Amino acid sequence: MTAMSPRSRMPSWAAHAVVGVGALIMLAPFYFMFVFATQSRGEIFNLPPPMWFGDDLLANLKILTDRLPFWRNLGWSLYVALASTVLTLLFCSMGGYAFALMEFRFKKQLFALVMATMLLPSFMGMIPSFMIMDALGWIDEHRALYVPGAASAFGIFLMRQFAASAVPKELIEAARMDGCGEFGIYWRIVLPLLKPALGTLGLVTFIASWNNFIGPLIVMRSLENYTLPLALRTLQSPVNTEWGALMTGSAIATIPLLILFALSSRQLIAGLTAGAVK
Amino acid sequence: MNMRWPNSLRLSPRWAPYVFISPFLVLFAVFGVFPLLFSLYLAFQSWEPTSGLDAMEFVGLANFSFALQDEWFWKSLKNTAWLALASGVPQHLVAIPLAVFIHNSFKRMRDAVVGAYFLPYITSTVAIAIMFSSLFSTDFGLINAGLHALFGGENINWLGRPEHIKPAIAFIVFWRYVGFNVVLYLAALQTIPKDLYEAATMDGAGRVQQFFYITLPSLKPMIFFGVTLSVIGGLQLFEEPFILTGGKGGADQSAMTSAVYLYRMAFDFNDFGGASAMSWLLFLVVALMTWLTNRAFRTRGGAA
Repeated sequence: MTAMSPRSRMPSWAAHAVVGVGALIMLAPFYFMFVFATQSRGEIFNLPPPMWFGDDLLANLKILTDRLPFWRNLGWSLYVALASTVLTLLFCSMGGYAFALMEFRFKKQLFALVMATMLLPSFMGMIPSFMIMDALGWIDEHRALYVPGAASAFGIFLMRQFAASAVPKELIEAARMDGCGEFGIYWRIVLPLLKPALGTLGLVTFIASWNNFIGPLIVMRSLENYTLPLALRTLQSPVNTEWGALMTGSAIATIPLLILFALSSRQLIAGLTAGAVK
Repeated sequence: MNMRWPNSLRLSPRWAPYVFISPFLVLFAVFGVFPLLFSLYLAFQSWEPTSGLDAMEFVGLANFSFALQDEWFWKSLKNTAWLALASGVPQHLVAIPLAVFIHNSFKRMRDAVVGAYFLPYITSTVAIAIMFSSLFSTDFGLINAGLHALFGGENINWLGRPEHIKPAIAFIVFWRYVGFNVVLYLAALQTIPKDLYEAATMDGAGRVQQFFYITLPSLKPMIFFGVTLSVIGGLQLFEEPFILTGGKGGADQSAMTSAVYLYRMAFDFNDFGGASAMSWLLFLVVALMTWLTNRAFRTRGGAA
């Protein structure tokens, strides 16, 4: 493209410099999070602060596990994220398939209603969702974190759009003629065809759950049951914050995201900006 | 098909859609629609969660008039507007040229560069807030160390002083979402036909002219979309100020956004009716601002 484009006369080194310096600014906080994770609290307080990795990682981890049921919190984060991903994929793929390829009463109105809820500000749900959880007796229960999320309007949108273009109606009718049951059609024909969209929705759901802060903030009550973000926050106090340990915890909470991102940044970015970029 | 469901368990095509849609629909009704309607009902009630559902009392519009006379309601609204503008406007002013640079000059490294800008968007707010509360800290923070090395002067108490905490939070929000906008604009840039630029070059238009007469007008629908997302997102700002101020809103409530105040009203002050009324008032504000954004873009479109 650069060779043919008339715009190639643009001083490309300048653009590279601007974009590159910007990228470094974007990444710097991550770098220092990992550096500080390996430094003791005293060393972080030094002036100038440390710029390179130290050898206090294990000491920080020790403080972290003394102050928090850290591995438990990590486990809950993983459990909730996986449960939420599985449920969301199941329910949204079924719903999206029905919206895309089946006829039923009030389908259009229902889909419009679901889409309208995507536009609602998230704070609208704060109080009522606490009350619902309270009424169901789900306070301090992990299902309060992964069950409601399975009714994802975004998930339905993504699945419906994808199913409408990737699942041929004739294929389904042919399978029905051959005597394949409705569940069989869904499981053996529709799901495999939805794979790319399932991957995207799975990534987005997993990350959203892993990072979820408001949800657990409102319903979780005991440190033992906290997911990672909530547990880490309890370490932050106006005085005597163990910065090294806190950074170690944050770094550990960030590593899975970095791995997922490294493996699938294209798909992830496309998923997270889906709807915007059709 | 070698495996078959027993005939009694077979789902008829007539009922299949209802069966497939119902798991989603049940959750959607219970956790999506019902709570929303209930919060509308609650907005007209006086109620504290500790006193049980029977203690609910109809109070008409009292919750709304209380909110409108509440000094903190207006203060939080102003804080929210300030933060939305100070974090939102730079996002687009930076993301548009950045996307143009990346689009024109990066080919092989493109994914890596876009990834670097996008990474903050997928990182947990708690990790981000922890990272930045260390970077912004007064006596040992890197940001003050850097400013001191460059300009000298006193260390700034970023997170402790009312006049400094807002810019600090605005920067974090900017940092977090600028990459998202870069991705939006990159996608839009790909749809601009190349021959437009070729024709413009033939006509002797320079790069700057091409940017203002071709690129910018072509990006307009995406700018509208991106700005709308920033308006809606900015007015809901909760996690960053909440975590950075320990859930209280900061010195002199100067970082208390509307959503943070809403949370405090319900969960710190136990006023669920008042908080519900406030959430609907804020909903109206968001709807109004979205509509105004829409109008602003339309009018300018008509003039151009």
